[in-house]
Amino acid sequence: MTLPATVAELVRDFRANGRIVIVGASLAGLRAAEALRDEGFTGSLTIIGDEPHEPYDRPPLSKQVLKGWVPADHTQLPRLRAVDAQWRLGVAATGLDRATRQVRLADGEHIPYDRLLIATGTRARQWPNPTEAALEGVYTLRSRDDAARLQQALAARPSRVLIIGAGFIGSEMASVCRELDIPVTVAERGSAPLVGALGGVIGKIAAEMQRDHGVDLRCGVGVSSLEGDASGHVRRARLSDGTTIEADVVVASLGSIRNVEWLEGSGLAAGFWGIGCDAGGRAFDINGVVTDTVYVAGDVARQPHVLYEYQFLAMEHWDNAVLGAEVAAHNMVNLDPDYYPYLLLPSFWSGQFGVNIKSVGVPPFGDEIVFTQGSVKERRFAAAYGRRGRIVAAVTFNNGKWLEHYARLIEQSAPFPPPPPGWDQPEDMNPMPAEFPAPGVPTAIPDVVLTGHDPSERRAEFRPRRR
Amino acid sequence: MAEETPWQQALRYANRANPYPFYEELRKTPVAPQPDGNYVVSTYQEVVQLLHDTRVTSDGRKRGVPFSNPFEGTVITTDPPEHDVDRRRMMRHFGPPECPHMIAGFEPEIRRIFGELLDNLTGKTRIDLVDEFAFPGPVTVICKVLGVPLEAIPSFHGWIETALDGLDFGPEANDPEQQRRAAAVPDAVTALRQYLGDLIGQYRKQPGPGMLSGMANDDGPEGPLSQESLVNNAMLMLFAGHETTVNLIAHSVMSLLRHPDQLEKLRRRPELIVPGIEEFLRFESSVQLWPTRSALEDVEIAGTTIPKGAPIFLCYGSANRDSERFENPDKLDLERPDNQHVGYSQGIHYCFGAPLARLEVQIAVGEFVRRVENPRLVEDPPPYRRNQIFRGPRHVWVDIDGIRE
Repeated sequence: MTLPATVAELVRDFRANGRIVIVGASLAGLRAAEALRDEGFTGSLTIIGDEPHEPYDRPPLSKQVLKGWVPADHTQLPRLRAVDAQWRLGVAATGLDRATRQVRLADGEHIPYDRLLIATGTRARQWPNPTEAALEGVYTLRSRDDAARLQQALAARPSRVLIIGAGFIGSEMASVCRELDIPVTVAERGSAPLVGALGGVIGKIAAEMQRDHGVDLRCGVGVSSLEGDASGHVRRARLSDGTTIEADVVVASLGSIRNVEWLEGSGLAAGFWGIGCDAGGRAFDINGVVTDTVYVAGDVARQPHVLYEYQFLAMEHWDNAVLGAEVAAHNMVNLDPDYYPYLLLPSFWSGQFGVNIKSVGVPPFGDEIVFTQGSVKERRFAAAYGRRGRIVAAVTFNNGKWLEHYARLIEQSAPFPPPPPGWDQPEDMNPMPAEFPAPGVPTAIPDVVLTGHDPSERRAEFRPRRR
Repeated sequence: MAEETPWQQALRYANRANPYPFYEELRKTPVAPQPDGNYVVSTYQEVVQLLHDTRVTSDGRKRGVPFSNPFEGTVITTDPPEHDVDRRRMMRHFGPPECPHMIAGFEPEIRRIFGELLDNLTGKTRIDLVDEFAFPGPVTVICKVLGVPLEAIPSFHGWIETALDGLDFGPEANDPEQQRRAAAVPDAVTALRQYLGDLIGQYRKQPGPGMLSGMANDDGPEGPLSQESLVNNAMLMLFAGHETTVNLIAHSVMSLLRHPDQLEKLRRRPELIVPGIEEFLRFESSVQLWPTRSALEDVEIAGTTIPKGAPIFLCYGSANRDSERFENPDKLDLERPDNQHVGYSQGIHYCFGAPLARLEVQIAVGEFVRRVENPRLVEDPPPYRRNQIFRGPRHVWVDIDGIRE
């Protein structure tokens, strides 16, 4: 048999009889499983998820579910096809042994794999003081159960809700509170809502939207402590400016933490940044060498992007989970030169205060912004982000049907600022600084040290930094 | 006389039944300037790009050349922000968030209408698919949606036919016979405008069922549509709200009868009607071309510069058969993957009535296939109507063995 014939036979055999394990039973995990079956994989498929629920959709949780329109358990993801998988739900993966190709589960079981897909996503960052976080009435929002609990708390009509953090989730929750006519205070350490994702120019508009809808928005302040009553229910918060807020529901909306702890000791390039992988979804090991058996998709993946100077980007968006999973699945059952590259132009949407916000590209990659269409005053507009004379992202407020136009310009590396539209021109079409905050200093970055001398021995090693 | 361009040939009435060979020739020049100064865009990628280009206007008034057409002053011939405001004022009475159940609520009625039309064919051995099924169904539905009395169907149908027959963008526009047809258009449009203006006036005094009354008496957040805009858009909705559906139903059945394997597949798997509708619309697009766009700046595209002010014709019927986008584009495949056709256009002028059209055609074609026994095309191709935009057969004679329950 010739070598190509042998390799083709191996691929056929793997597709028929291989064992694939997917860790993570949310959007990316499910879509990967479906894509694997679409690709003709008929071997054994195991899907491991730490939540007891079948895969569900998260975007409605901070919107329709909180509003009470849709029960939290009515968010199951539609199934695009049968996946014929063994589902291990409600049991977390706790370890990975790449030498023996096994995933360890919390119940002690070991699941062997030939190829592994990691889609463990992220979790909500909890309020850092554990005693305060344990007070009744203190919530975070990431899972379906979180949403069910918080919805009940809102339905009980609290006297005031305090939301800590004005990113997308925090802002959407504030919007829901106002729609339900519940008094709400938002405390944001940055200069404005959404400033990390969309910059200060857009943040200022988002702040006006919040205040127009009656949100007590306080920017540039942190929450120093939460205080409870005798029965252990949260009652007030002390802010860094010395003021206090009386609130009986507090939601910590402090961003997300990537679920990588279970990979400690696995020798993968996994850390607070996510799991490094190539643009085909193949995980890097700790040395930055690509693996052949471990793949990554969804929120937890961080991979280089050609349009963004090959920087490693983590894109915690819905479409990233879907398309990343499809590419990883394809590559899991194919070999070079049949690999797909993952070339998503990321996009996301949000709904808040009656405004549909959509974005395409990577706004924080830009340092300038220009309004390109519509009217800021009427809160229906488009704006483009630029860097070094080319367009890298765009955002629309109630103008989402134009997003494709900008997507095309970004894909073409078109000049910034883009040509003005022939109609519906904004009052001010001058580029201005986009006002993104300087990147924060992440906590607990491990040291990476090199050991060994001989090429066969030389290795990187993580040494967790003691604080 | 210079040889005719592929575009001119495609527009000739003799080629109405099969313009596709000319489109194929046309696509060799994705953006093709024509002797009359129009720029015809026939390839998928370029059509899509221009649908999303902010330097392209849909508003004939901005072209500086007087251009009168029956769609003037409607959402399809205005740009943002007027377009957006008016479309929202209309959508409030048609879809979510204000009317999320409007279309779904019509489903039983639509089933009843098409069911009765099929019942009426019982005992016949030869039917006219257009006059007895594809036309009466959608026209009844749009009357109910808008609140136009069914008694008015014969008169407005006549006006619309006259207006459609008189519109010609091709080399036959100057033929004496076509000039006579064109001369009849203004009166027909005036009559239709007058009728709808009166009807809306009545609804202002005495509100009634349907969208027209709703829009006339609306006190929405952005105020009411102006009387002029309301009448213009009522014309657009009444006419586009059924003509396109008539042609799609007729073409869908014809396509199935021409592709027995696909018909057999649909019989076995009726759920394929859902992706099937998209394929029918790709295969025989109800709106073959759209003539009202023009460039506000020089637009460089596919190696051609469309000069400022030039009219742009987007040929959806050709883009939907572009082999660069669709594998085996001339093959009917009810299960075609990734079928993002432009049969409903794209961008801000995306078909307003698409959800209603989908539901109607799913029911109409689904039920036709289920209930009509052994349908056979009598004449292929059947005679076509003249209009180049809204391309469809005038009659489709079909022999049948009976009607199932």
